[in-house]
Amino acid sequence: MTTFIIRRLLSSIPVGAAVVVICFTLVRIAPGSPFSSERALDPATKHMLEAKYRLTGSIPTQLFCYLSQIAKGDLGESLKYRGRSVVEIIGQSLPRSILLGSISFLISLGLGIPLGAWSAARNQDRAGSILNGLAILSLSIPTFILAPTTVLLFSFYFHLFPPAGWGEPNQLVLPAFALALPFVGVCARLVRSGLLETLGSDFIRTGRSKGLSEPKLVLLHALRPAILPLVSYAGPLAAGILTGSLLIEETFAIPGVGQFFVSGVINRDVFLVSGVVLVYCAFLLFFNLVADWLTALLDPRIRLHS
Amino acid sequence: MKIRILLAIFFLIGGAAIVGPWISPYGVSEVSSARLLSPSFTHWLGTDLHGRDLLTRLLYGGRISMLVGLVGASVSLLVGVAYGLAAGYLGGSIDNAMMRLVDTLYALPRIILVIVLISLFDLKLKGFLDATPLAFLAPHARLLLLFVALGLVEWLTLARIVRTQVLSIKERPFVLSSRLIGQNTPTILIRQILPQVLPIVLTYLTLALPAVILEESFLSFLGLGVQAPLASWGTLLADGASLLNPIHTPWWCIVFPSIALASSLLLLNFIGDQLRKPQK
Amino acid sequence: MNFCRGIPGLTGLFLFSLLLGGCANRPRADLIICNGAEPQTLDPALVSGQLEGRLCSALLEGLLRRDARGKAVPGTAEKWTTSPDGKTYTFTLRPNLRWSNGDPLTSSDYQWSWIRALHPGTASPYSEILYFIRGAEAYHLGKSPADSVGIKTPDERTLEVHLNHPTPFFPALTAFTTYLPVHRATVEKFKDGWTRPENWVGNGPYRLLDWEINDRVSLKKNPLYHTPNRVQIERIDALAVNRASTAFNLYSSDQADVLLDKGMIPSLILPELRGRSDFHPGPLLATYFYRFNVTRPPFNDVRVRRAFALAIDKEVITDKITRGNEPVAQSLTPRGVPEYLPPEGLQPDPETARGLLKSAGFPDGHGFPRVSLLYNKSELNEQVAVEIQAQWKRVLGVEIELRNQEWATYLRSLDTLDFDIARSSWVGDYDDPNTFLDCFVTNRGNNRTGWSNPEYDSLLSKARSEPNPARRLQLLQKAETLLVTDALPIIPIYHFVGCLMFDPNKWGGLYPNLLDEHPFSEITKRTP
Repeated sequence: MTTFIIRRLLSSIPVGAAVVVICFTLVRIAPGSPFSSERALDPATKHMLEAKYRLTGSIPTQLFCYLSQIAKGDLGESLKYRGRSVVEIIGQSLPRSILLGSISFLISLGLGIPLGAWSAARNQDRAGSILNGLAILSLSIPTFILAPTTVLLFSFYFHLFPPAGWGEPNQLVLPAFALALPFVGVCARLVRSGLLETLGSDFIRTGRSKGLSEPKLVLLHALRPAILPLVSYAGPLAAGILTGSLLIEETFAIPGVGQFFVSGVINRDVFLVSGVVLVYCAFLLFFNLVADWLTALLDPRIRLHS
Repeated sequence: MKIRILLAIFFLIGGAAIVGPWISPYGVSEVSSARLLSPSFTHWLGTDLHGRDLLTRLLYGGRISMLVGLVGASVSLLVGVAYGLAAGYLGGSIDNAMMRLVDTLYALPRIILVIVLISLFDLKLKGFLDATPLAFLAPHARLLLLFVALGLVEWLTLARIVRTQVLSIKERPFVLSSRLIGQNTPTILIRQILPQVLPIVLTYLTLALPAVILEESFLSFLGLGVQAPLASWGTLLADGASLLNPIHTPWWCIVFPSIALASSLLLLNFIGDQLRKPQK
Repeated sequence: MNFCRGIPGLTGLFLFSLLLGGCANRPRADLIICNGAEPQTLDPALVSGQLEGRLCSALLEGLLRRDARGKAVPGTAEKWTTSPDGKTYTFTLRPNLRWSNGDPLTSSDYQWSWIRALHPGTASPYSEILYFIRGAEAYHLGKSPADSVGIKTPDERTLEVHLNHPTPFFPALTAFTTYLPVHRATVEKFKDGWTRPENWVGNGPYRLLDWEINDRVSLKKNPLYHTPNRVQIERIDALAVNRASTAFNLYSSDQADVLLDKGMIPSLILPELRGRSDFHPGPLLATYFYRFNVTRPPFNDVRVRRAFALAIDKEVITDKITRGNEPVAQSLTPRGVPEYLPPEGLQPDPETARGLLKSAGFPDGHGFPRVSLLYNKSELNEQVAVEIQAQWKRVLGVEIELRNQEWATYLRSLDTLDFDIARSSWVGDYDDPNTFLDCFVTNRGNNRTGWSNPEYDSLLSKARSEPNPARRLQLLQKAETLLVTDALPIIPIYHFVGCLMFDPNKWGGLYPNLLDEHPFSEITKRTP
């Protein structure tokens, strides 16, 4: 077990490095400059700024400067938000995204798993189809429609929650739901599919002939192997949800880290983008590790190392 | 029986999308002064901000969205399944390396890939197509690049899911016995393991298709997707989203495209479910 | 499995502590303003945006400042005199001026700050607004030393500025952000980090209390400001909001008291808001226009440009799309600049347009090469582009392509002249036509059309050195006529309109004005 973790951690380091290198290169070769604006900048000033942030010279040169900076623990400064270090920006925004994301993650699983299980158990009748339909519906509506619609409905029509902002617990409700809803559908569908497979297998039939009740059958016995596809999906899901979403953050005015993935690219803010991508990568590696470990736990047939 | 009904509905919608814009009295990008009209007899689904007929645009958008979804999902299917099978079966350090590559690609923000892809290759592709007999595709160079970009993004999760399934399946007795008989690896993969993974793949495909279409709509929302005056359900939804406000929303601009997208995806999912049944 | 049982408990604790940390219990500020997007910087030498400028004007004060109606009034300078040739200004500072940390504020602070803004190492994007000062441009380009710049400090309360030409609007210009003073010791000690709340030292009506990125900038009244009684509101929060619908939602649910920007209001509902008492529109010194790339066919032919310009019906755009009752733009400079009457420009004329296109060799649009209209993706830009595309098709028979690019790519295309027609906008920095017209001088960075006209250049340079204000404005008007009626490298479309949203029963001291100046220090709270 420990060897597995250590090996995974060791192989994660080149992944992190590769991600940062590719990300940096892509942002630098994309056309446009981080310093351009509607007012033209005179070339001397532009050159001065590029020299200041060590963005002159060929891309490998810039990359080398950047990597040696990271090796010293300095993730650089934002090019758009002058004077703010990337570490500071992420340090302020990440905890907020994590808070919101954790709640959304729990909602996704908390609603998704029962929905999927129920629709699989009731697959033969109308109820199952309706539940299945609901799951599909929740993942068919894009977030940029869903989020403003929930605001209109629950904030302006029903006056239940504030439409935006950050600071009070009741401002978390709508964004958490809007963030979680598409994933409720995906989780439900994956659980349902896995259960439908498992429910037809031998050991379940044995259990049924022994007289076990249906709910017990589904929950205690069928769910364990059926949930495997969901577990492997949940790894990237956790990483994604915890780092937030641009749309949710802009619609609900949440000062999280998710918007930097998009706004950073649009502003060609290469150090900020590489920094947040590195964080996202770390989350991804961590949660995939957890997911793989859980998978091995749930299905003894899988060996983590052969 | 049920599947025949579902398929019939699907082809009906598909047919409407293909034929509709031709028989409609309105042009897809025909701007008029009849702006933001609610549904009426002249405009069955109303008009948008520019006075363009919503029904015509919806049908035309269906073409593009379906195309985007199918191509993107197919690319992701082919690449993802092959990759996942290989990684899961080969196991050990090869699996480790392959999955780490997936992790690397997964961590990159999609949007930078799309921006770089489009900005670097858009004009070049246009020029290239112009010189070949495929010149009629030239104005749609951006759309083609979009297909590629979207397909390249979705295969990662599928590869991961397939690989996990394969890890479990390959230890099962029937696989071990196939190995003992002397079947070679490709045969085992295709004949024994692939059919076992297919159900989950089909399910995921029905998740990937909406994901690709939604990804396209998000990109259109940011300005990187389908160009005006072409329409896709994504751009229609994005246009509709810009019209949401607490005072007076033209609901038809949002509701109808949402219904179109949601019902098509529902349909596809039900079809997928029905297709899986005989396997059991 | 014991470990697993502990997991729910640990998760709960973790979330609870995050909840406590994330939701710091803050009392609501006295005034909450939606200021626009997150400010890029609060260092006045580095600021180029209006939202940052508003914050800087609250935190720092120049020789002059703008009042609630946009008029330039004395700031830290209590009076100033002009030399007979109009090239030297002598400012006298108020007595006993202090920085927020108690240090005395003297004229050398202004001298040092202006030199700093010009210093090449500072890389200020707006250094050219200081070029009116003698020797400034040479110093910025590294050609001469700092003491060659025409700023002198005969004593602690006197600042003497030598200009290149008579510049009647110079005193008003010192209210501009780039001319604001900074505290030398703080900047030298903390370098890039001097704008942090814990390091901040300023001389304006407000102090920087807190600055949380993408959330808000918190301001508190500065007790050491020279006229603290003028400032009514004790605590202000300026929220960073990116999306118009979000800002409007915050306002509608009373989480924000004031919206300062038309960009904070979804354009669709503007007509519905018009009657409301909390809606306050007013003209702005900003224009939305289309640029031509005159270096390549077909737009190197002025007849084609003129045909395209005459074929647009701008009323439809302001009526149906922007919906803010924007005035249609027939000139580049909006009306309202004091003493200046912009030229009449071109009225829409489809017949003449068609005739011109025919004489250029494209009767009814036949044979017209494939051209594209470039814009950066935003709802409004796309809507305007679709509309104009349809109009050109209808009137001229020409099919143009729409080409949208994301922001950085779009700017690059503008700079490299990789476009045929491109959407643009320009906001004036000070209330004088020069701020608009100077862009189109040959080889200016902001020209971005490839247009070069010696007559235009000479008119502007004559105006620059013309001492008589009325004659100067006449020269500028002649230049602008050349620009928007004869040569047409651009088509002005509409002038922006500013909209303020606030309840007049609760708040005062906010007036829509041409420069869109809404100094926080002037806002008052009305007792019902």
